[in-house]
Amino acid sequence: MCLSIPSKVLEIDENNVALVETLGVTRRVSLDLISDTVKVGEYVLIHVGYAMEKIDTKFALESLEIYKKIAEDMASGEIDEDEGDMGLNAMSERR
Amino acid sequence: MTLINEFRDKDLILALSELIKRESVKHLNIMEICGGHTHSIMKFGLSGLVGDKINFIHGPGCPVCIMPKSRIDEAIKLASRDDVILCTLADMLRVPGSNTSLQKLRGEGADIRALYSPLDCIKIALENLNKNIIFFAIGFETTTPMTASLMQKTVELDIKNLFFHINHVTVPAPVRAIMDDESVKIDAFLGPSHVSVITGYEIYEDIAKDYKRPIAVSGFEPLDIMDSVLNLVRQQNAGTHEVYNEYARVVSRSGNLKAKELISRYFEPCDFNWRGLGVIKDSGMKIRQEFSYLDARIKFDCEVNSKAESKACICGEILRGRAKPYDCKIFGKACTPKNPIGSCMVSSEGACAAYFKYAKEAI
Repeated sequence: MCLSIPSKVLEIDENNVALVETLGVTRRVSLDLISDTVKVGEYVLIHVGYAMEKIDTKFALESLEIYKKIAEDMASGEIDEDEGDMGLNAMSERR
Repeated sequence: MTLINEFRDKDLILALSELIKRESVKHLNIMEICGGHTHSIMKFGLSGLVGDKINFIHGPGCPVCIMPKSRIDEAIKLASRDDVILCTLADMLRVPGSNTSLQKLRGEGADIRALYSPLDCIKIALENLNKNIIFFAIGFETTTPMTASLMQKTVELDIKNLFFHINHVTVPAPVRAIMDDESVKIDAFLGPSHVSVITGYEIYEDIAKDYKRPIAVSGFEPLDIMDSVLNLVRQQNAGTHEVYNEYARVVSRSGNLKAKELISRYFEPCDFNWRGLGVIKDSGMKIRQEFSYLDARIKFDCEVNSKAESKACICGEILRGRAKPYDCKIFGKACTPKNPIGSCMVSSEGACAAYFKYAKEAI
């Protein structure tokens, strides 16, 4: 029951209920658990009818860039044991 | 959302796989606490990508798997009443109680409803004023705030016919109980994703320190899990035991404060009897005295005489990490997803169901 997928906010009504789209499927979820302001176009993580938290898409994209750099460096043989860190652990320090 | 596909990018996953294999020096038993991780590890075949030194152990983090028979029997007793509509989340319907399941009872005419959201209870309560609506609430810290939110709405709207059978549990207590069992050999943990969204990763800091075990809070995507495993390998090599927050795109150190406030307004800790693990002190939640008029266990007669668990089923050993699903004699034979005997086979996130679906060759 824990699997949930990022959903894009399409509309927000006066009852703090958002219409969200998840992989092409739309549904309504409550924003009552979110302290931040949620705007149309942002992504939220939903679980049993509620948005649990906003998703920091900028941070997610930055993480992917770090992984891509690792893959590229490995493909070109530039990575060695000492360079193993590659900023992976630094990712956790953002928030 | 494109992020889903990117976090499943084959080349990136293989690059991390190579690093993990290259850097793994010693054997590392990693318990994934959450059933969602078990499901992802099996679905994406990650055991085969992390090398021979990494052993995944499936922990007690599936709310359906850990529900004791007595609680199911209580729900069945409540749902059998003519004046009750019992509402719950879908997976619970199939869990076997002592003599039947909610699903079978529904087939016999009982009014039992599987919800998409706990909030659906409001509409059902307002449309059925001559009935008592009981929300059979399950789940870890992930779903507890949703139940609390529903309780708040019930109070605000002064709804008189909605009651709560609470079966919410917490993550740190069973992890400690497992680690206090000396026969269990766990070197590191994958921390739950969505529990941590609510609680924040700070709840694992004392566990990491007290037991000297590294913990990586991880998302459910394959790339998330591979990165977390790499971090745990590196922590093992370095002899550190920190909490690493891989899932920082939604998890912060302190979590969702609004959700945590709601939980503490309506609930307080209590002992809970875990299926397979027994009674663990302060591992569950109960409704605070102030709101006890909403408590279905107080309002209605919930006394049951539950049968003992099946002797052949080893769900308890599996939840403790002492056995794998294919160590069980009835796995895939008497116990299948269509006819589950043990709770680990009922939920799609249970270890046995995941092994049955994705690793039939292991039987």
